[in-house]
Amino acid sequence: MRSFISGNDAAAAAVHLARPQVISAYPITPQTTVVERLAEFVEDGSLDAEFVHVESEHSALSVAMGASLAGVRTFTATSSQGLLYMAEVLPYAAGGRFPVVMVNANRSLALPWNIYGDQRDSLSQLDSGWIQAYAENAQEVLDLTLMAFRVAEDPSVRVPFMVNLDGFHLTHTYEVVELPEQAQVNVFLPDYDPGENQIDFESPRNFGFSAGPEWNASFHRSHHEAMLRAWDVIDQAERKFHAIFGRRYPGGVDAYRCGDAEYILVTLGSVSGLCRETADSLRDHGVRAGILRLRYLRPFPHEAVREVLSPAKATAVLEKDISFGGAGTVFTNVRSAAPAQLNVIGGLGGADISKERIAGIFESLIQGESGVKWL
Amino acid sequence: MPLKRLPDKAPELTAFEAGYLVSPNGEWRSVRPVIDMERCVRCGQCYLYCPDGAISPEISVDYDFCKGCGICAKICGKGAVAMRKESDYAQLHQRK
Amino acid sequence: MSARDLDAREFFFGHKACAGCGGSLAVRIALKVLGERTVAVLPAGCMSAVGFNFPQLAFTNNALITPFAAAASVMTGIEAGLRRRSVKNVRVVGFAGDGGTADIGLQALSGAIDRGDNILYICYDNEAYMNTGIQKSGLTPHGARTTTTPHKGSRRPKKDMLAIVAANGVNYTASASIGYLDDYMRKIKKAAGITGAKYIHVLAPCPTGWGVNTDETVEIAREAVDVGFWPLREYENGTWITNRAPSRPQDLERHIKRQGRFKIEKRYQED
Repeated sequence: MRSFISGNDAAAAAVHLARPQVISAYPITPQTTVVERLAEFVEDGSLDAEFVHVESEHSALSVAMGASLAGVRTFTATSSQGLLYMAEVLPYAAGGRFPVVMVNANRSLALPWNIYGDQRDSLSQLDSGWIQAYAENAQEVLDLTLMAFRVAEDPSVRVPFMVNLDGFHLTHTYEVVELPEQAQVNVFLPDYDPGENQIDFESPRNFGFSAGPEWNASFHRSHHEAMLRAWDVIDQAERKFHAIFGRRYPGGVDAYRCGDAEYILVTLGSVSGLCRETADSLRDHGVRAGILRLRYLRPFPHEAVREVLSPAKATAVLEKDISFGGAGTVFTNVRSAAPAQLNVIGGLGGADISKERIAGIFESLIQGESGVKWL
Repeated sequence: MPLKRLPDKAPELTAFEAGYLVSPNGEWRSVRPVIDMERCVRCGQCYLYCPDGAISPEISVDYDFCKGCGICAKICGKGAVAMRKESDYAQLHQRK
Repeated sequence: MSARDLDAREFFFGHKACAGCGGSLAVRIALKVLGERTVAVLPAGCMSAVGFNFPQLAFTNNALITPFAAAASVMTGIEAGLRRRSVKNVRVVGFAGDGGTADIGLQALSGAIDRGDNILYICYDNEAYMNTGIQKSGLTPHGARTTTTPHKGSRRPKKDMLAIVAANGVNYTASASIGYLDDYMRKIKKAAGITGAKYIHVLAPCPTGWGVNTDETVEIAREAVDVGFWPLREYENGTWITNRAPSRPQDLERHIKRQGRFKIEKRYQED
């Protein structure tokens, strides 16, 4: 069924279809309408779940973690300051390998206060041990959220999953979205089986314990390896998704006209469409431009990035983020896989990124500019 | 309570068999409770008030886990628990 | 309740708490009242530090450590999840220290009480952050020295947690002392039979932090009740009951003077 809905509505629709049993969330702009929709679904009886009204984001994720330990599918959503307020619980949930799915509406961080979209919130939490994916449009928000449950809960992964969508550009913009049928989703998404990671009265366990220096690294290595195994699971999920729903997704990166590109711009999230349009225009003028959109930042698609970027003459990374005193975090990550020369910081606090400015980035690349540049 | 052996490797998840003990606490003691069973009336107060659960309901002390705090001696209404120096038992330990 | 009514099995055994630890007695006895179908939830603090050092795991029932501020919220999640799975006849109990309860965990506790979640929250109160080495908490009594009130002692009175949880709308609350286990056990059993949020606050002296001998923990906890320092109370359906009138209030001064933490050097004494 086709429906004209916002990105937040798409996230809520996906959660509705995924049938979690415990949802806990705290409101924050621009995530709020996700939570409102889910509360409506629970109150009108169309979603048979417990909606826990928590007093903070710290508790939102803590409740989800407890429910996950009790053996049920869980969901939470947040944004910006809220994500940072739950920051202590992020590595806790990940280290405990609780496959909570979270939707994060990307928003700027204070100070100065700002409610609009940039990606400093989630990028500051890349090391928290969560899978992080970034959607480009409302359809992908829905599809990624469905896939998130399947990937996170896979017994070979068991890592929580954060689906990111740009504040306002995606959360509050309406698009035509294909809504899957419940019966199709039931085929795509198996029931959650927590395995050993659940309370068991027949064979009781201790959870979330301390592990001293002689044992500690082993747990983190297992977690890291589970993240790497996630690539296979993501691949299988995307194949299955295509078979059932007819939409195909390309894994860690979405490369556009990169095959013969001399100049490539790496992007994240909703700005990518405009970047592709710009690349098309530049190609009309003889510039061999390509766009590489990152879909996943954790696990980081090293191989795919290296493969696409290595043949290019020069690469720029455009991102709505800055690690003060360093460079953009996406840039740093891209450079861990392949050479990239230019890091363009733009869109902070919801600032507009125009086609002209994007064309200017390619101009800078052609001129041989490098380093960090403010759009 | 019998001890278990050290696991060969850490588990994948922070989830593990409950009540898994690999080391005793008895070496912490400098004094040990010795119960005079002639005086003991089996009231169970020492069993009840032991922070380590090291005295059974049948009033026998688990010296592997008794830390020698002396609460049992204080709580006993019959003066049936004496705290004796652990050094007197050192030889016994060696033999063990 | 008496020793005979308890589950004979030990559910908290082999832990690395200091000899004579009052908190470990509070946890041990509560679990023997509640039995094996209990999930024990412990935030950072003494009991989580001494109970869960892989591979030495001292809880024989299902148990876990939570983030410091999150004991009550994790309990909510566990209760909700088990209920969704129709797991019956189960109790979710929290054991948090005074700092984990009255300071960093207070917001989450308030949230759980406000929602009326079906949980039993037990605060084992040793009146300072003992796990990190005796720092002042919101439940350190006036005049007690800690390593962050090193000379003059705490200048503030103890927060009244029972009044706080009652004002939040708790279904049942009681104070208790490890010096009177019969009373403590009765209150746990009573709380376990009540649906909704329950809060029990048990005084659990720490020999190290209080400056008393390891064999005096129980005695000092009993004396605190007898001299009127720690009244045993209960609150249910909007009514307060005092369970036990102080039997020897005249010994209050002696009770305070025997504890090292209340000894203030002359040059730091103020009126």
